[in-house]
Amino acid sequence: MTINVRFFASLRERLGLERTEIQPDGISDVRSVWQAVSDLPLDEELLVAVNRNYASLEQAVEDGDEVAFFPPVTGG
Amino acid sequence: MHIDIRQLAFDPWQELTAYREHLSDSGRSGACAVFVGTMRDYNEGDSVRSMVLEHYPGMTEQQLETLVGASCESHDLIDALVIHRVGEITPGEDIVLVAVWSAHRSAAFDACREIMEALKSTAPFWKKERLAGDKGERWVERNTPG
Repeated sequence: MTINVRFFASLRERLGLERTEIQPDGISDVRSVWQAVSDLPLDEELLVAVNRNYASLEQAVEDGDEVAFFPPVTGG
Repeated sequence: MHIDIRQLAFDPWQELTAYREHLSDSGRSGACAVFVGTMRDYNEGDSVRSMVLEHYPGMTEQQLETLVGASCESHDLIDALVIHRVGEITPGEDIVLVAVWSAHRSAAFDACREIMEALKSTAPFWKKERLAGDKGERWVERNTPG
């Protein structure tokens, strides 16, 4: 199993990456997922979802989860 | 309650007429409030040729269902309809329709505004504008306060 990580909108373009998979070893929470996929500092404005529900950086992440990072939303 | 995300242009007034035919518990409805959001041909001082609306399939629908469901419950709504476009949109096309039905006007006005504001701040959609001339493309960084 792996953790599926997704990026949307301007963040996807900035990273040049739409999705990636990481091994769960050493991953405890959302913050550690970000550190495993990017060297960039974590922008305070970024929003996070775990399994399609909004989450905090401290939320625990488990094997098989989908973690998404994205900029502030601009629909409507 | 019905939530729909559309790739193609839609006519909100036709959608409303059609939905009304099958409104749940229509005899109890004494008020309907409607909001329609339409794409402008300018933003922040620039002419905008078109825009592309991106969403997070699965999460966007789920988030809309949660926020519309919460307003239905708290305002005792009879029914609610939300349609939102994704994909490429040109000026003059409608982006979003929010319609709510209730027994009295106060709940309808309040719930319509509440759903629209919650959608703007929490539903995962992102707009990228294609500007006129040679100004290229840009992401809309945040929504206007209202």
